[in-house]
Amino acid sequence: MSRLKRLFHQFGSPPWLFQFSGRVVPWLWAACLILSAWGLWWGLFRAPPDYLQGESVRIMYVHVPAAWMSMMIYLLMALMGAAGLIWHVRAAEIMALSSAPIGAAFTLLALITGSLWGRPTWGTYWVWDARLTSELVLLFLYLGVLGLHNAFDEPRKGARAAALLSVVGLVNLPIIHYSVNWWNTLHQPASIGVSGNSIHPSMLWPLLIMAVATKLFYAANLLTRTRVRLLEENPRRRWVRDWVEGGKA
Amino acid sequence: MSGRVLMPLLRRDLLLAFRRRAELIQPLVFLLVVISLFPLGVGPGPQLLAQIAVGVIWIAALLATVLTLENLFRSDFEDGSLEQLVVSGQPMVKVALAKVGAHWLVTGLPIVLLAPLLALWMNLSAAGIPVLVMSLLLGTPTLALLGAIASALTVSVRRGGQLLSLLVFPLYVPILILASSAVGSAVDGLPYQGQLGLLGAGFILALTLAPWAIAAALKLSLE
Repeated sequence: MSRLKRLFHQFGSPPWLFQFSGRVVPWLWAACLILSAWGLWWGLFRAPPDYLQGESVRIMYVHVPAAWMSMMIYLLMALMGAAGLIWHVRAAEIMALSSAPIGAAFTLLALITGSLWGRPTWGTYWVWDARLTSELVLLFLYLGVLGLHNAFDEPRKGARAAALLSVVGLVNLPIIHYSVNWWNTLHQPASIGVSGNSIHPSMLWPLLIMAVATKLFYAANLLTRTRVRLLEENPRRRWVRDWVEGGKA
Repeated sequence: MSGRVLMPLLRRDLLLAFRRRAELIQPLVFLLVVISLFPLGVGPGPQLLAQIAVGVIWIAALLATVLTLENLFRSDFEDGSLEQLVVSGQPMVKVALAKVGAHWLVTGLPIVLLAPLLALWMNLSAAGIPVLVMSLLLGTPTLALLGAIASALTVSVRRGGQLLSLLVFPLYVPILILASSAVGSAVDGLPYQGQLGLLGAGFILALTLAPWAIAAALKLSLE
């Protein structure tokens, strides 16, 4: 069996995943905290204000990574959901489902920070800008996945339904994105944004650090949620009893 | 093989629909009522109405479609015939196609036929009316196909109706944009064939992929 295939099977096994994530999670959280503190300090205090946007540009250090994460998490959620549906890997379903609230939170954060940034820059909290509108539709897609899962009495069935919906959403997402972009160019002149000029390193570095920090946050949060769900769904298994009684797995 | 499940099921669904004619009229009445509310809400100024006409008609059509989608699989699910269809070993993709086809014939097509009247009500200029009908003709089947996925996912859920609209409206965004842009271009005397072409492409894409998703969702709901 190839190495990749073995890894795939290991991730599909609840006890292995539980043990592995138990070992990794504390490190992920620690790294996430350190990097976020560093990136935020750099972005909020050390990086220079923008010559056009002034101090409000600092919102970018939260807004842009959050917007990146909102899209990346949807992709990962749909891919894991598809893996769960196709190969009947329960762990993949759980991880897909655990991604949804995190992704929704990042989307909401991107929307809120975007409109807070829009107030000083565009003079209004909300414009029907292409990116803001796409992000709003993405939030609705996340809410649909979460709502569908919650509507089912059996968590297993709800997870599979939500996974299927997220795959349908993934197919539609590029179409939605391009149609919204196109709609926007029809109705409005191009909005002011960061100009095409390459971004100065003094601003790029904190942005990159924050991008890595948000990814670590996702990984840590995802695995923590997955652990809780694994315990909830396997109350009678031996490894769960061992862990509860021994305090260690 | 296809004749054995597709046509009989289509005929059965149409027959069932025509036995309950009162229900058949409901989405159309809903459409008329919603659209007649707009002049009352925004004022009867003909220019303003003409400006918002496409958006209003299309959004009302979306709402009417979603309203009926809730019941697309409901009665078959409740009386067990859906389960029989799955057990029968017939390809579920064809079952899905037949159900959606029948649904479009009894709800989508009447909306398309009613559209010119609604356009007159909303004072849409004459150049826009044929394009509005075309956009509805190409767009409403896509609405039905995409909506049927969500309907199949929520069929076993209690009070799935509100959830259904949350699930489908994000998916309807591109159709709404393309349709209203096509009619807007036609009113302004600009070429509109591109938008209609894209609507047609969306319909073909949905027709190719959605039945598989509907079939998977139905099987999942019956687990």
